[in-house]
Amino acid sequence: MTATQPPKRITDIGPPHYEKFLHPLIKRNYGQWRYHETLAPGVLCHVAESGERIYTVRAGSPRLLSVSTIRRFADLADKYSGGYLRFTSRHNIEFLLDNPANIEPLKRELQEAGFPVGGTNNSISNVVHTQGWIHCHSAATDASGIVKALMDELHPHFTREDLPAKLRVAMACCVNMCGAVHCSDIAILGIHRKPPQVRHDVPRKGCEIPTLIASCPTGAIRPAVVDGKRTVDVVEEQCMYCSNCFTVCAAMQMNDPENDGLSIWVGGKVSNARSEPKFSKLAIPFLPNNPPRWPEVVSAVTNIVDVYAANARRFERLGEWVERVGWPRFFELTGIPFTRYHIDDFRYAGLSYARSTHMRLRP
Amino acid sequence: MSNNPPKPTPLLDQLETGPWPSFVTEIKRAAEKSPAAGDLLGLLERSYEDKKGHWKHGGIVGVRGYGSGVIGRYNDIPEEFPNVAHFHTLRVNNPSGWFYTSDALRTLADIWERHGSGLTNLHGSTGDIIFLGTRTDELEATFQELTAAGFDLGGSGSAMRTPSCCVGQARCEWACFDTMKFCNDLTQAYQDEMHRPPFPYKFKVKASGCPNDCVAAIARADLSIIGIWRDDIRQDDAAVAEYAAGGLNIARDVCARCPGQCMEWDGAKLTIDNRDCKRCMHCINAMPKALRPGVERGAAILIGAKAPIVQGALLSSVLVPFVPEAEIEETVRELLARIWEFWGEYAKNRERVGELIQRVGMSAFLDGIGLEPCPEMVAFPRDNPYVFFQKEDVK
Repeated sequence: MTATQPPKRITDIGPPHYEKFLHPLIKRNYGQWRYHETLAPGVLCHVAESGERIYTVRAGSPRLLSVSTIRRFADLADKYSGGYLRFTSRHNIEFLLDNPANIEPLKRELQEAGFPVGGTNNSISNVVHTQGWIHCHSAATDASGIVKALMDELHPHFTREDLPAKLRVAMACCVNMCGAVHCSDIAILGIHRKPPQVRHDVPRKGCEIPTLIASCPTGAIRPAVVDGKRTVDVVEEQCMYCSNCFTVCAAMQMNDPENDGLSIWVGGKVSNARSEPKFSKLAIPFLPNNPPRWPEVVSAVTNIVDVYAANARRFERLGEWVERVGWPRFFELTGIPFTRYHIDDFRYAGLSYARSTHMRLRP
Repeated sequence: MSNNPPKPTPLLDQLETGPWPSFVTEIKRAAEKSPAAGDLLGLLERSYEDKKGHWKHGGIVGVRGYGSGVIGRYNDIPEEFPNVAHFHTLRVNNPSGWFYTSDALRTLADIWERHGSGLTNLHGSTGDIIFLGTRTDELEATFQELTAAGFDLGGSGSAMRTPSCCVGQARCEWACFDTMKFCNDLTQAYQDEMHRPPFPYKFKVKASGCPNDCVAAIARADLSIIGIWRDDIRQDDAAVAEYAAGGLNIARDVCARCPGQCMEWDGAKLTIDNRDCKRCMHCINAMPKALRPGVERGAAILIGAKAPIVQGALLSSVLVPFVPEAEIEETVRELLARIWEFWGEYAKNRERVGELIQRVGMSAFLDGIGLEPCPEMVAFPRDNPYVFFQKEDVK
């Protein structure tokens, strides 16, 4: 019996090799770059040992793109950059040009199409963000909407390089912190404020109860029997609403439109330049969800940016500035109230307490 | 599939105003051809009214032969928004450095318009191309067209996730090793671990060509490969003088900001004591025409970064202080084999490697993977006396 074999499925091929997508000038000078300079906000020039130059025009993108916009970018690349383009690690788009005469016409077309040119050096570049209500089940807030509302307000800092140093803004819609919220100059984080409502009919059929219990960072989840069914209880005083239990079990309903909202974090960085990488620290424990423009969040972030811009020294990232002037002064200058919620009470919290008399006392 | 008449979206419409490019406009563009994109807009408007998400918990879907790459998603009011009753995401492995040709982008756009909502993310946080929203019965067809066009899926779940890298030597004079080649080679080497989740939890690798760390490897990858050099910073005195003449305050803005305090500017000449240099990049960043990384290049390998869940956020810490450029890939592959064996054996369910190290201790972890301790691994030696002595060290 000779069965006809179905055509072999293609699997495990990985991504296309990047060399297929490199501008010929980049291929020729790969690993042989001498230096770069910034010609204007959003426009870079890289000079190779050979003397050849590649010009980069960077533009902001909403990250969520329709295929028609992708085709529009492809058409622009064909017209101005020989069909070569790339995206950055902050979701900006970059066109790679060998002819500097194309820079201005490309900038004009991008700007007319609504894609601002900028995001280089001491600017507020694009906001790394997550799925929010567009695609995620555990989102405590939306991501795209807040980013849009915020960048409408901050976009002059995207198109000019007018800050003391670069300022990274990131947004995550829950404490899973997909993206780099935990290490950003300013971070917006979706949070819950109430323990989960347990749907007691679910755990027995839909979840592994030991995994569910182990998922809780504070040990607040205990096995229980309700109406003869094996389920769990939450010790409410021990719960800080991280929602990790919901990630492993659909029974642990977290969404609460009135109490869900946002917190603001500051002072993180990833780069090793000058100071070591830093985690972001809590600045504002809670702001309400207020779609579609989230005015409380936008004004809180804008205030922090303004105070930083007015006070930091050249090359000083936000976290470096706060470390120089001290946290009391940060709260004083920004007018943000310091509350009990700012004092760490998770594990190893003592490491964050003032363990010396090195205080910059206020008059 | 019913085709709902477009519902009014007064809240989202407000996000079409203002100077920043609008994601609402993008969804509306896709909705011209895709009923799913139309319903996504309606569902999102509902979320804005209700101030809560409308996606149900989880959903396990995929393509044949793979255990990862597709994120299942179902909405909780499918009778009202039937075209997004299923709205699954495919993660498509991006080319290293996110380089494309216009033709490659058009190929991806055409495939996705035929099989999905026409909405994408360029890119997801890990680096993948996100195909946002399709039905279960379209997954296999999308996958087959993708592979025929030379694209494959990326990682999800308890798997090796899609590695990513900075632009590196393609367009940066600071790259201390070939991040794009490394990333592509690693992705090809671990196709099985990416597509068929074998681990206690997710595992991410990211490669940055220098300590500026433009892919945030130290914050967002379980194994972080960061380019550094071992010899002296290359210095062009005439170009330094030009920066000074151009108005850069070298004493204040370069030397005083040096964390190693290893630079001096006497008004005419910059002196660097390279023994004290921490390779932070600041002086090179400030004067790219005058200063460059040394020529004896390689990478530091760091381990353990993760977001807060469960035991708190971690940054990666030093595992191997310096590997010469030519040995990076081989060293990483050897390390991965040992790390995955130890982690696979001892980790709890859903325990990241960084948390395993916190739980068992770095010394036990080093024993487990056969690495010798070295002082570069710590910021300072322990400051408590609770030492576990090894049996062989006591009589």
